[in-house]
Amino acid sequence: MRKVFFGVLIVLADLLVVSVPLIAHHGAAALDTGKEITLKGTVTEWIWSNPHCFLKFDAKDDTGTVRNWTVETQNPTTMTLRGWSRTSFKFGDEVTATVEPVKNGGPIGRILHVILPNGQKLIAANATTPGSTPAAPVPAR
Amino acid sequence: MLNSILVLMVGIFIAALGFPVATLAQNSSPGGWLSPDWEKPPITDENRKPAPRRNLAGMWHPAGGPGAGTQAGGVQLKPNNGRPENQLPYTPYGLQLYRSHKALEGIDAVLPAQDNDPRNLCELLGMPRYSHYNVRLTQIFQDEYKVVILYQYDNRWRIIWTDGRELPKVVEGGVEMGGEVREQRFFGYSVGRWIDDYTLEVQTVGTMPEDRVWLDSTGRPISDQARVTETFRRIDYDTMEWSETIDDPKVYTRPWETLKLPMRLHDPRTDVMEYYCSPVEQEKYNKLLGNAASGK
Repeated sequence: MRKVFFGVLIVLADLLVVSVPLIAHHGAAALDTGKEITLKGTVTEWIWSNPHCFLKFDAKDDTGTVRNWTVETQNPTTMTLRGWSRTSFKFGDEVTATVEPVKNGGPIGRILHVILPNGQKLIAANATTPGSTPAAPVPAR
Repeated sequence: MLNSILVLMVGIFIAALGFPVATLAQNSSPGGWLSPDWEKPPITDENRKPAPRRNLAGMWHPAGGPGAGTQAGGVQLKPNNGRPENQLPYTPYGLQLYRSHKALEGIDAVLPAQDNDPRNLCELLGMPRYSHYNVRLTQIFQDEYKVVILYQYDNRWRIIWTDGRELPKVVEGGVEMGGEVREQRFFGYSVGRWIDDYTLEVQTVGTMPEDRVWLDSTGRPISDQARVTETFRRIDYDTMEWSETIDDPKVYTRPWETLKLPMRLHDPRTDVMEYYCSPVEQEKYNKLLGNAASGK
């Protein structure tokens, strides 16, 4: 019964994640399309600008090295519609970001969603291709 | 106990189905600055109001909601996704032009540092590309002489003259009107006529040459020989259909339809966020992400 309960709970939680259509402002040629990685880190900067907003944060990779990630969203007009704002982040916020990284392995990518310090989840986009498999989260430093 | 919790979770889930993410920013009015209403009810026989005669004025948005007019992958009716039905009737010169365009979108997209799209220098998109890129809150005003369209993207506007003046004749390097050769324009020269009380047909010629403007974000070309024909058909009070056909014998072997966009009327007091192209912010983007993502 307990397994059935948690199974139903997981299904319900998945369905509650609202599917947001990917509005491709620009191409995905640089992205490792379909790949998702989840990073826990500390915000260093949040830039609210056209053509894309940027979130910069420090996060450890698998080797324990801290890298400063730069991940983009869509433009402010689109992000406002999704509940984001120029004050969504501040320096020092501890966040969990799921991103679609670039192919060349740099600490760069496109934000899919971010979990804020208060637990709120901000959704930016869906992965470029369906059926991607999320990787295990990287622990914060 | 677990059964009670399960029932509660199902109830919350069912409630959440009626709370789409857009509700977060929908129809609020902070200090009287109205946000767009994305939850408008569909127009039915019960709530349909008659269309005003010869009147397109209003605050319009693609009826499909936010993003419906983005057209990042190419013009609405022919996205550049490689499918056979979306192949365009290029002339040899048109195909050569297309291949010279390094776009960030579409089937032949390149890395950010390799593109040569004038858009990414914040160059004016021109007509008709403003109708093929981020069509969002679109305001139409009119008087007895003209219809004016205000695009949200980059705060651009264009004039469609409805006072009976003649459409200029396209000549090499410009247009001819009244015996005088005039300059090419990013928005061209547009003349409209009401073909019935609810349909405005617009012709535009005299647009910029193909080395200055593209047709869409995937690199499809358009030349200064193009004739753009649009129809704005007011279906009822709240809905309009915006259609467009391109006839450009320099780059396409035949006319083809680019757009058939249903539009929905919004509250005229709706706040229109700026969605601008800033060279300063574009350069920042290139430094922060574009170049690095391209391995530069």
